[in-house]
Amino acid sequence: MPANRFNGFTDYGIGIGLRIPHYDHILSRQPTVDWFEIISENFLVDGGRPLEVLDRILAQYRVVQHGVALYFGSAEAPNRDHLKRLKALTRRTKTPWLSDHLCWGSVDGTYSHDLLPMPYTVAAAKRTAEKIRQVSDYLELPIAVENVSSYTEFHVSEMTEWEFLTEVVERADCGILLDVNNIYVSSRNHSFNPYDYLDGVPHHRVAQMHVAGHTKFEKYILDTHDHPVIDPVWKLYAHATRLCGVTATLLEWDDKIPSFDEVHHEALKAHEFIAQAREAKIPAPRATVRARAR
Amino acid sequence: MRRFAPARVDSTARLAQLQRAMWRVVSRPLNAASRTQRRWTDGRPTAAVAAQIAKPNDRLTALERLEIYNRMYWFRVLDSLYDDCPGLRAVLGDSRFMNLAEAYLDKYPSRSFTLRNLPARLARFIREQPRLTAPHTALCSDLARFEWARIEVFDSAARPVFTIDDLLDANPKKLRLNLQPYLQLLQLDYPVDDFILAVKQREEMSRGESSNTVLAAPAVSRAKSRRPRLPPRARTHVAVHRLNGVIYFKRLEPAAYKILTAIRRGRTLEQALAAGLPRAKRPRPELARVVQDWFQNWMRLGWFCRA
Repeated sequence: MPANRFNGFTDYGIGIGLRIPHYDHILSRQPTVDWFEIISENFLVDGGRPLEVLDRILAQYRVVQHGVALYFGSAEAPNRDHLKRLKALTRRTKTPWLSDHLCWGSVDGTYSHDLLPMPYTVAAAKRTAEKIRQVSDYLELPIAVENVSSYTEFHVSEMTEWEFLTEVVERADCGILLDVNNIYVSSRNHSFNPYDYLDGVPHHRVAQMHVAGHTKFEKYILDTHDHPVIDPVWKLYAHATRLCGVTATLLEWDDKIPSFDEVHHEALKAHEFIAQAREAKIPAPRATVRARAR
Repeated sequence: MRRFAPARVDSTARLAQLQRAMWRVVSRPLNAASRTQRRWTDGRPTAAVAAQIAKPNDRLTALERLEIYNRMYWFRVLDSLYDDCPGLRAVLGDSRFMNLAEAYLDKYPSRSFTLRNLPARLARFIREQPRLTAPHTALCSDLARFEWARIEVFDSAARPVFTIDDLLDANPKKLRLNLQPYLQLLQLDYPVDDFILAVKQREEMSRGESSNTVLAAPAVSRAKSRRPRLPPRARTHVAVHRLNGVIYFKRLEPAAYKILTAIRRGRTLEQALAAGLPRAKRPRPELARVVQDWFQNWMRLGWFCRA
């Protein structure tokens, strides 16, 4: 959706992640970029260069916060210090929405710093949705949850990943950050059809999309964000755009980061696929019915 | 066989049980080949434990699927610590450093939402487990404190700078100054500031960052073959601070360190000066000039801030 209540009724276009190797280029050349996504946790500090750079970026660009440590899916309660710092940062950045992952990663106050996969059960969806609501209420912002790449599946799962995603966002009444590359990676690792996934999520809740590169190993694919986006992922992106409408899109490139121009050029390829989707006539997204009964 | 993970997740309590079970597998130290240990803590095959949590697929067993997370966890946290501790690495060498890091993270896994805080308890752990750094435990403890101080200085808060105008109407007897939150004051048993600079210089040379490319090539092989000379024991006082976003180290005389430490503890200026200069050995006029120079310098560096 170009603008909806899950992305603060904004229409942001094509952005890239704000990364340290590009700071000097961005600050000195001030290139035209629709928007930057920041990793919230990199700026939850009290001062110094991170916040100085951020303030200079904010003076010129639109910024959206993307988190990696809220761990909506962890059974334990949200970390209050984390939330307090996050709220202060949202005041600074004026982010129209805030995203984090549909995963868990902390246990009894110990952090994995990883995005661990959820068991797809109704009980897990209820707990996750409850936490998303708590965080959204506290931050007074729309939340979008991102589907993660995963490498394992649980015996206890009762539904597909896209059914679980639907269950969570409907219960939380929140948005989706649809990571098309993650759908591709997980579809290869777990042998499902990525188009079934795209067809099965509530399209009207999609607040933002991610595209990225990955690394293929002999028996699985890892979500490494260190390559250009491959064609099958761009095709999925075009299909997602047909289903959801032209949506704020961000290219993630987090390792072996090339020049700013190369990253930005890769991100702007999205326009080609948006054009393809437009030619195919984008229908208005329908409100998808909850996949499973409460 | 005793169940390691719940057979279903129909409540938050069972979700927590499953997550604890998976976390135990993911956070268990890797074996010497950087793979998941093949035996669980109670002697049964780890594959049997993994099979209670995860499903296999047509390419990978349950254990192999969980092993991906086990390896990613350790590679991520060890890499983070590796980057944060160049001085400790230089003293111990990569192999011993990795043993130390793994033992540390096994005992003190991250309790913070950010990897920034990972080394916060490393100095304490080094003192608790001296065999991992012997015979350089005291030096390593100082380095861990110093490297943690650099992290704190980099992104801690800065408050508005205190100016001479702020002294107007101040009662000299009751005057209290405040130090910038980012300023770190360290009393060390080794001059690790110089050692860290030598390490940094060596690393820059090995990365070919020398401005003289002709000399850079032979410098790489020399740099890789030698670690900087370990510093001799010597009581050292250092302020780690920042200016325009860059981190600096500044040596302090013991008296200056005591004065600053007393100011940090909230003593009045008069009490702080008394703490630093209880029995002045220097002639009074000379001492007054020295102390005045210190304060002028600290003011110039912006170390004093408003409350």
